[in-house]
Amino acid sequence: MKKKLTTVAFQGTPEQKEKLLAVIEKLKDQKGAMMPILQQAQDIYGYLPIEVQKIIAEKTGVSLEEIFGIASFYSMFKLNPDGKYAISVCLGTACYVKGSGDVLDEISKQLNVPIGSTSADGKYSVEATRCLGACGLAPVMTINGEVYGSLKKTDVKTILEKYQ
Amino acid sequence: MKSLTELLKIRDEKRDHVILPDGANEIRIVVGMATCGIAAGATPVLNAIVEGVKRESLGDRVTVMQTGCIGVCQYEPVMEVFQSGKEKVTYVGMTAEKAERILKEHIQGGKIVEEYTITHVQNTKTEDDGKVHASLQDTVFYKTQRRQALRNCGLIDPENIDEYIAMDGYRALGKALTEMTPDQVIETVLASGLRGRGGAGFPTGMKWKFASGNRGNVQKYVCCNADEGDPGAFMDRSVLEGDPHAVIEAMAIAGYAIGADQGYVYVRAEYPIAVKRLQIAIDQAKEYGLLGKNIFGTGFNFDLSIRLGAGAFVCGEETALMTSIEGKRGEPRPRPPFPAVKGLFEKPTILNNVETYANIPQIILNGAEWFSSVGTEKSKGTKVFALGGKIKNTGLVEVPMGTTLRHIIEEIGGGIPNGKKFKAAQTGGPSGGCIPASLIDTPIDYDNLLAIGSMMGSGGLIVMDEDNCMVDIARFFLDFTVDESCGKCTPCRVGTKRLLEILDKIISGNGEMEDLDRLEELSNYIKSASLCGLGQTAPNPVLSTMRYFRDEYIAHIVDKKCPAGVCKKLIRYEIDPEKCIGCGMCAKNCPASTIVRTDYTAPGHKLASMKIEQANCVKCGACMSSCKFKAISKG
Repeated sequence: MKKKLTTVAFQGTPEQKEKLLAVIEKLKDQKGAMMPILQQAQDIYGYLPIEVQKIIAEKTGVSLEEIFGIASFYSMFKLNPDGKYAISVCLGTACYVKGSGDVLDEISKQLNVPIGSTSADGKYSVEATRCLGACGLAPVMTINGEVYGSLKKTDVKTILEKYQ
Repeated sequence: MKSLTELLKIRDEKRDHVILPDGANEIRIVVGMATCGIAAGATPVLNAIVEGVKRESLGDRVTVMQTGCIGVCQYEPVMEVFQSGKEKVTYVGMTAEKAERILKEHIQGGKIVEEYTITHVQNTKTEDDGKVHASLQDTVFYKTQRRQALRNCGLIDPENIDEYIAMDGYRALGKALTEMTPDQVIETVLASGLRGRGGAGFPTGMKWKFASGNRGNVQKYVCCNADEGDPGAFMDRSVLEGDPHAVIEAMAIAGYAIGADQGYVYVRAEYPIAVKRLQIAIDQAKEYGLLGKNIFGTGFNFDLSIRLGAGAFVCGEETALMTSIEGKRGEPRPRPPFPAVKGLFEKPTILNNVETYANIPQIILNGAEWFSSVGTEKSKGTKVFALGGKIKNTGLVEVPMGTTLRHIIEEIGGGIPNGKKFKAAQTGGPSGGCIPASLIDTPIDYDNLLAIGSMMGSGGLIVMDEDNCMVDIARFFLDFTVDESCGKCTPCRVGTKRLLEILDKIISGNGEMEDLDRLEELSNYIKSASLCGLGQTAPNPVLSTMRYFRDEYIAHIVDKKCPAGVCKKLIRYEIDPEKCIGCGMCAKNCPASTIVRTDYTAPGHKLASMKIEQANCVKCGACMSSCKFKAISKG
């Protein structure tokens, strides 16, 4: 899947930065250290925002462009943080024909979060998933693992009100 | 550790704890704690046994430990009881409660709990000699296997270096360093006929020889490919989780052979338990002085580090793997120069797969002839397969090269479940092909598989029955390669996408006969023009299914039918109005609400029959499985 850049404001703490700098300091002279550095940076921040990539670029002397190339190449590196509320709408066939696409669009519209990304305040992430195997309840979505079934576009507002 | 003598001392001290000698009143209980065992619930079983042994104060004669993959996946969690002078007992499908009962009746009472044993559960006949045969070794599944690469998996505790040493571990390294020259090591590996177990089957000794020039004057590297990415393959994970020291020892031997002092193991990050056990093993080996400086007092230095992948299938390709270790995008490089000349950090490098390394220590210890006495003319030794799909006994099996597919499927695998017919076996993952039922007697080795359009690959063996559609299978693998193509070269990036589009066209009923020629032509371009192994082998699933199952492609194109009833756009569910009693169960279960009542009532029925509005049908089959009157058919 194409990786979308995040719109969530960077909220790194000084403690996180200190940890990151320590990691870079420890690894930067090793050969081929960039992967371990990025992996540990993601452990510290939960994802790899451009601010973190900039710190790494500055401290290692590797260009930001090259670091971004690596971060976007591997599927395990995340450019977007998970939202506080992670919403996944099933786009499996059964859900799709019963209008899950409309539900997904409605959620995206109401929250103003593009599909596949996270809202600017870090509160909501919205994504489409493959079949969740709950076709009898179609259309289905999950919010932080909780399942909502037999959805209609008009249900979206009331459900989202629970997650403020 | 300064000398081989010290190693042998540890071995002799620990050996009796692993292989219990006759007369020692000891019991050793092992619980399979590989990823699959843990997922099936092995942890509570282990805890229950450990606590039970403590509670009943059995600690002085009963030892409990974890081990790696025992190999019988569908019967996890598995627990085995070893007792001096007695045959091993294999308990399967374990729970904490069963463990309590076994502790009481078997461990304390001396009576085997037969109903939990593998021979009982699997209903494998035991020999009629009045004794209870309850060990995994008694089953047909196990009997014809030959465990060489997996010899310690399921036997020793992978997190305890002493147990590995007890099984002659690190003695091969000792032998190589003290009794052999580096060239002799290479000669032995060459003479053994060992070929790479990761895919292409290049002779391992040859690889080492190419990289062996100029020892001591240039920096060189030894790498291990543990980026097992084929869907359906898990033998490398099993080796790392069950016997990590074998890989470490082999890499040190390789380092000695080519003159390298640094090794890297590239493991996919999706294997956390393998990574953890490998790290523990490396730390223990360092502590014992089996890695590091001046190993066995010979002046040979070798160090090892782990590098984690980050989710890119292409990194299983050797040059891409090396660029990834270098900390870049994992894109392949053109060859030549080959890694033996210019590999990692532009230095001479050898890269072998986990299973290949797992064979090395025993080749050094037992000699080239011991290894080459098993197998076929050009493929020596054994091969581990991850047996899966439509087969009764799924699991990890190791058989001599040259074993027929029929033997693996019918004897070891126990055949196809539910009385279905065997249709094809898929080997080699996304790079391999499908072997049809007509070739089931082919002896499996590298060259035979290539000749019939598949490849060994890393050893995934997926069995398919008559309910699998071969066009759909080809499409499944293409979908995977399209996703995983790194994008560097055009034939692979664009070509695989175009192949997928043609396949999509066929399975949705819009195919034309000319598409078959297009598929073939395009496949051949992609094969010959792609930069790396990923692209060069990506069309194999298409070519091999077209070769053996052309009639299925034609059925999709000409008759607009999917013979296996898989391709949703080509199947139709119909309700027979004469059989339908109008109960409406189907309509209730239909996720798309597309079943309506007609105004026709069949003679003898009270309610009007139902009908499927085809336009909105999602072909899920829920109606058919909910109809008690068999009034719905699929065609």
